[in-house]
Amino acid sequence: MSTPVQTERAITVTVNGVPRETTVPVRRLLSDALRHDLQLTGTHVGCEHGVCGACTVLVDGTPVRSCLVLAVQVDGKEVTTVEGLARDDGRGGEILHPVQEAFRECHALQCGFCTPGFLMTMAAGLEARDTSADITEEEVDEIVGGNLCRCTGYANIKKACRHAAGLMKEAGQ
Amino acid sequence: MKPAPFGYADPTSLDEALTLLTEDGAKVLAGGQSLLPLLSMRLASPATLVDINKVPGLDTVAVSGDGVRVGALVRHAQLLHHPEAARVQPLLARATANVAHPAIRNRGTTVGSIAHADPSGEMTSVLALTGGSVTVATPEGSSAVDWADFFVGPLETSVHGPAVVTDAFFPALPPRSGTAFEEVSRRKGDYAVCGAGVTVTLDDDSRVVSARAAYISVGLVPEVHDLTEAVHGRTVDQADWAAAGDLARTLVDPDGDLHASADYRRLLVGVLTERTLARAGAEAAGRTA
Repeated sequence: MSTPVQTERAITVTVNGVPRETTVPVRRLLSDALRHDLQLTGTHVGCEHGVCGACTVLVDGTPVRSCLVLAVQVDGKEVTTVEGLARDDGRGGEILHPVQEAFRECHALQCGFCTPGFLMTMAAGLEARDTSADITEEEVDEIVGGNLCRCTGYANIKKACRHAAGLMKEAGQ
Repeated sequence: MKPAPFGYADPTSLDEALTLLTEDGAKVLAGGQSLLPLLSMRLASPATLVDINKVPGLDTVAVSGDGVRVGALVRHAQLLHHPEAARVQPLLARATANVAHPAIRNRGTTVGSIAHADPSGEMTSVLALTGGSVTVATPEGSSAVDWADFFVGPLETSVHGPAVVTDAFFPALPPRSGTAFEEVSRRKGDYAVCGAGVTVTLDDDSRVVSARAAYISVGLVPEVHDLTEAVHGRTVDQADWAAAGDLARTLVDPDGDLHASADYRRLLVGVLTERTLARAGAEAAGRTA
């Protein structure tokens, strides 16, 4: 059986825990599919060639640039966007993720355009490490180093990263 | 900033992929971290993308005493966090740690970046420095291609027509040897302004018998420079690594661009050579002791 060459394809993607079906042109970037086809505009699109990191989402739990993945490539996979970062508190509200708490606490955003990408990158980066250990400056640089912010000068973003690591350490104790 | 229209196929066997690649304007898609920006900027507009992500058997790192064979779908992150591979050839983890950022490394493939043949890519130079090769599959069969016969020019390899680079083989680090890798970039994880990977090998008396280097973002194709004459026969403590750096500066022919002049790149070649050779020498001495 030969594989067809297609210009359009129906895909099913579990986005923030909810299975979503849509039909996309094969050239549709994941970032555009999330924003245009699924109306999840929390994922921001900055440079559209992988430099700025604003569009970072999790695919099967791993952070990737959604502008450097085709929507058809995530067919059958799980995608988490910034809209899915906070947890349901069971009473109609939400419990912010520690990185969201830390961004608010440390004033780690100004215009907010880059924030969704930072939050997703940082959440995945902090969850992947041993949360019981104190975070080092090298780890902070490695986690936030792939994302651009044109407002803050990064000082408060790095502070938020350290603060979030602290919150996650406390939560684990 | 959107890709031009193309056809897409995601075959589930290598044979099918090769059949699809016989069509005019068909291109392989693996990690896509270099290809998708090229599509979005419309610097490339292939008629068909043949996505090999569903081809089985290409996602393994096979480690033996001879070296490390890296499959076409192995992500940089997988190689970076592979202690066994790092033990046999330490340059793999040391170099992949410098490839872009975590989110890019989670998706981009090591073999894809070699097939892309960008002179600012890390793994092309590591393949050269280790004396590695790639396996090229075509409809006629598979064959090994030595690194020196593979890289032809910037973004150009000797492979034409329907073909998939199915793996890259990095030979093991020889005994009594050490390595080091370092880059200077404008932002952590950016393309290197200049980078250096080196290996130093000692003899039974702990004297230098080989010092070799390959550079990133210097020259049009990966080159391996033999710097042994500057430090030959010296112990690691006596070796004049700065002299090796001076020698390296006379051997390279970097270009200038927006980010750095040719002179600055040549200066960095000297500085990085001295630093990395000293580290690699110390490591080799530690292993010999």
